[in-house]
Amino acid sequence: MNLTLHVWRQKNAQSEGRFVTYQAKNIIPDMSFLEMLDVVNQELILKGEEPIAFEHDCREGICGSCGMVINGYPHGGHRGTTTCQLHMRHFKDGDVITIEPWRARAFPVLKDLIVDRSAFDRIIQAGGFISANTGVAQDANTVLVPKQNAEAAMDAAACIGCGACVAACPNASAMLFTAAKITHLGLLPQGQPERYTRVVRMVEQMDREGFGGCTNIGECSAACPKEIPLSVIARMNRDLLVAKLKGVN
Amino acid sequence: MTTTDTRPTTVRPATEYLDPKLNSKIPEGPIERKWERHKFEMKLVSPTNRRRYTIIVVGSGLAGASAAATLAEAGYNVKCYTYHDSPRRAHSIAAQGGINAAKNYRNDGDSVFRLFYDTVKGGDFRAREANVYRLAEVSMAIIDQCVAQGVPFAREYSGYLDNRSFGGAQVARTFYARGQTGQQLLLGAYQALSRQIGLGQVKMFSRTEMLDLVVIDGRARGIVTRDMVTGKIESHVADAVVLATGGYSNVFYLSTNAKASNATAIWRAYRRGAFFGNPCFTQIHPTCIPVSGDHQSKLTLMSESLRNDGRVWVPKTPGDKRPPSSIPEDERDYYLERKYPSFGNLAPRDIASRAAKQVCDEGRGVGPGGLGVYLDFSDAIKRLGRKVIEERYGNLFEMYERITGENPYETPMRIYPAVHYTMGGLWVDYNLMSTIPGLFVIGEANFSDHGANRLGASALMQGLADGYFILPYTIADYLASTKFTKVDTTHIAFREAEAEVTDRIKRLLNTKGTRTVDMFHRELGKIMWDYCGMARNEAGLKHALEVIPELRERFWREVKVPGEGNDINQELEKAGRVADFMELAELMCIDALHRNESCGGHFREEHQTEEGEAKRDDENFAYVAAWEFTGLGTKPVLHKEPLYFEYVKPTIRSYK
Amino acid sequence: MTAALTLYRTTIGKKAVMAITGFIGYGFVILHMIGNLKIFEGAEGFNEYAHFLRTVGYPLVPERGLLWTMRIILLASVILHVVAAIQLTRLDWASRPRGYRETRRKQATFASLTLRWGGLAIFLFIVYHLAHLTFGLGIPNFGGHETAYQNVVAGFSNPINVVIYIAAVGALGMHLYHGVWSMFQTLGLNGPRTDGLWRGLATVSGILLFLGFSTVPIAVITGIVR
Repeated sequence: MNLTLHVWRQKNAQSEGRFVTYQAKNIIPDMSFLEMLDVVNQELILKGEEPIAFEHDCREGICGSCGMVINGYPHGGHRGTTTCQLHMRHFKDGDVITIEPWRARAFPVLKDLIVDRSAFDRIIQAGGFISANTGVAQDANTVLVPKQNAEAAMDAAACIGCGACVAACPNASAMLFTAAKITHLGLLPQGQPERYTRVVRMVEQMDREGFGGCTNIGECSAACPKEIPLSVIARMNRDLLVAKLKGVN
Repeated sequence: MTTTDTRPTTVRPATEYLDPKLNSKIPEGPIERKWERHKFEMKLVSPTNRRRYTIIVVGSGLAGASAAATLAEAGYNVKCYTYHDSPRRAHSIAAQGGINAAKNYRNDGDSVFRLFYDTVKGGDFRAREANVYRLAEVSMAIIDQCVAQGVPFAREYSGYLDNRSFGGAQVARTFYARGQTGQQLLLGAYQALSRQIGLGQVKMFSRTEMLDLVVIDGRARGIVTRDMVTGKIESHVADAVVLATGGYSNVFYLSTNAKASNATAIWRAYRRGAFFGNPCFTQIHPTCIPVSGDHQSKLTLMSESLRNDGRVWVPKTPGDKRPPSSIPEDERDYYLERKYPSFGNLAPRDIASRAAKQVCDEGRGVGPGGLGVYLDFSDAIKRLGRKVIEERYGNLFEMYERITGENPYETPMRIYPAVHYTMGGLWVDYNLMSTIPGLFVIGEANFSDHGANRLGASALMQGLADGYFILPYTIADYLASTKFTKVDTTHIAFREAEAEVTDRIKRLLNTKGTRTVDMFHRELGKIMWDYCGMARNEAGLKHALEVIPELRERFWREVKVPGEGNDINQELEKAGRVADFMELAELMCIDALHRNESCGGHFREEHQTEEGEAKRDDENFAYVAAWEFTGLGTKPVLHKEPLYFEYVKPTIRSYK
Repeated sequence: MTAALTLYRTTIGKKAVMAITGFIGYGFVILHMIGNLKIFEGAEGFNEYAHFLRTVGYPLVPERGLLWTMRIILLASVILHVVAAIQLTRLDWASRPRGYRETRRKQATFASLTLRWGGLAIFLFIVYHLAHLTFGLGIPNFGGHETAYQNVVAGFSNPINVVIYIAAVGALGMHLYHGVWSMFQTLGLNGPRTDGLWRGLATVSGILLFLGFSTVPIAVITGIVR
């Protein structure tokens, strides 16, 4: 099949960007979306032009590197699917596809479709951990975790940090990302001692990065390739309110 | 362990191989006391002195992140580097199935000794016993540590940790977090690292690629990096350098590795004098999604854990093109169960892969191109119900369906082997130090522990063992027993390395040829897969050794790298990595050609039994081949580290 | 106190303020609607009810004491709700300086996407509504609460007022359809098990309040109440 692409091109963080139109020719349905872009890029290189820069690595939906807004949907809008796992069989000959980078003040564009997501790292650095130095641990089976808690913690821990939640949110809010980590650690017995300082620190950092607030619209969860539920945000809210009631600052 | 394992093979006396340049520094004493004793004998750096030392850790995967975090917790100044935008992206994240530990929570006869035994045997007797024993010994502390960090391992209803079984083992010792164990372990280490970054104890350099190692007065004293956003070439000084940069499967172009996984860091270290151990030992994973066409950019692995419940089969008659559902039971060949009745579908990876290749070579492969075998869950679904299968493998099934468009609950999966892991890597001694003093290599980047074949769920174990529990001790010994001269980045060695790096980048940008980096990479990959892949022979390897240097020359003449060096330039990054693969590929073939035996993942067609099993030659090859760089185009020098087998007597490896 | 201030500094804190003040408003509109329906008891009953609001609690509290307490709480709630909304909206708008060329939604509803516009509409309506039925703007022979029934009938005899009123309570219904569920979510009182309950409550509240409030002007303009 042949496709028309409108792709956001931007030389670097300082320069202005614009949409450029490309033709993707002889695309076959078994290709992934990124493989389709590979084809376009190979042609561009041979023509002596710079290829479209986009982030990608594992290409199996787990590293969280890839991500672009495809026809208005982060990752293309298929349930539980990252851009690298999106296959061209979902498109048809003659389709016009608009490809844009994640848009958020906290995620500045570095080049073309690559954005800087280090804000996420700083949120984790602020408190997204359990302070267990190497060597302190006792036998693993001395801490019992009810199966349903372990499962719910795993649901939240599945976050790959791709940023689709921010990209999809009308307010570019990072609540789903932040809440997923707070929920993962907060559901486990090991996470209890730091539970309330953790939520305070992480929320503080999240706000400092310039993400918007949550208006409970739910686009984040709908766009999340790991289908992290909106209920994690309620949990974060509750933990923060309790933390403040306890006087944690 | 089965009864057919008892035929010992002849091993040449190890002393014949002794090489003055290779001192493995294995401690004296009985194997179960070696590590304990060594820990006591090693020197310590007192807590107040640790802040005076700076340690560079390159890579932030399981090994790198765990090492950086642990060293920082101890009080060292740590600088950690990754070419990703965040340390959380390292490819450890993609490991699915699990992590082994000799906890014996199942009361099924597991022990440190059994994990040690399984690993040495699984590695086809090409690993160092002392290292493997230590790995098995610390495996338990890893699980404890990870649980303390909040890794959400699977639990039973009682709240206790759950286990599953994996290839090459007859006990259930694998801990897992759904099909995302690597992700959860990496995030655990990433969070520990993040905590230290937040505390200022680790300085993290993201989007920064190491392009050279700097050796001063015979010691590793720093690295030269490229800032991948601004293109700036920079030098970084330290008292010790740790490489945790993973494996080099991407030399094959198509592999299950992430696209950016590369050998540049270890290759540059090799060129600076670190010996390369067993470069030809690559692991072909039996359960990957088959290639669908020329456009394919990478291969996707399906966890080995699937073989717990899935049955592998092909039609009995070659060329049988009927859909799987209409092939009756008696016309199917469940070849793993037939050939290896005691391990069945859980035969180790090298064996399962080769068996798949064999049936495909016989024309019995399925799917387009005949390069595939079925992995069938219909019996398991009948036995356990769809719900249980969904619980165990739901996300893997979904992934399969997304990629192939086929529903594995209804039609059997099609799988085929793919390059997955490299057991080879930089040679290190018992302290994980390379032949360059002060250069430590951990995780997949080193050669140790897995011999000629790695068992499933052991990579995560090794990465974390090295990072959390081994390196932090051994590096202290090095720091405490070394007198350091003061150097900074104005040192001539740094200036020269920077100039070399800059020059190479200029060359790549200025070649302005006619072919893309990917074209060359694909071509290299095809040569490697055809001649140095699942099966190798003398003629093929010799051919490869002729065409690889030619290809390399063409690469430097004809490659086209658009753009400039002073901003994000993904083609430039790729070009540098592929240039290094071109050199590494040659070394792999040299090693494969010299190792005139079959063992583990290294299958030389000349050396097989009548049934097509690998035939090891312990008399002549019970050693580690460590190669020394002598300049491009000249043959590297082979050094041999003898392997002693005092506890697990080399036998003909059998999984029948 | 520090905790309260630092809480308010966070986006979540501001939202919590909106949720609590929203809850107060929600309670108010429910009572208001129930009160409104007393119009069907006729002029005497309705005016008596207006009177009752002013004397309730007397002599335990001064006359109109409870009414004014309520008014102050309501006024404070509206102010806090609006101030937090403005602050959050500015923050939200600043969070994405450059928008997408193309945006599609999977989960959003008209109500959730227009929440702040609905809020603005409701705020303007409150001003209008107070001017209209509390201060008697445009109502001939306005007699304050003594003639509450007559005021309503006179006020809604003008179709323009009816249209404005129905549009406004429509906006209110939408606001609550998203807002009531949001309240519980924001205060952390939601989880997988309660989600359906709160969604249901929000839907029912939105619809019932819209219907309840619209009944009165429709009854007036159709002559059922005269």
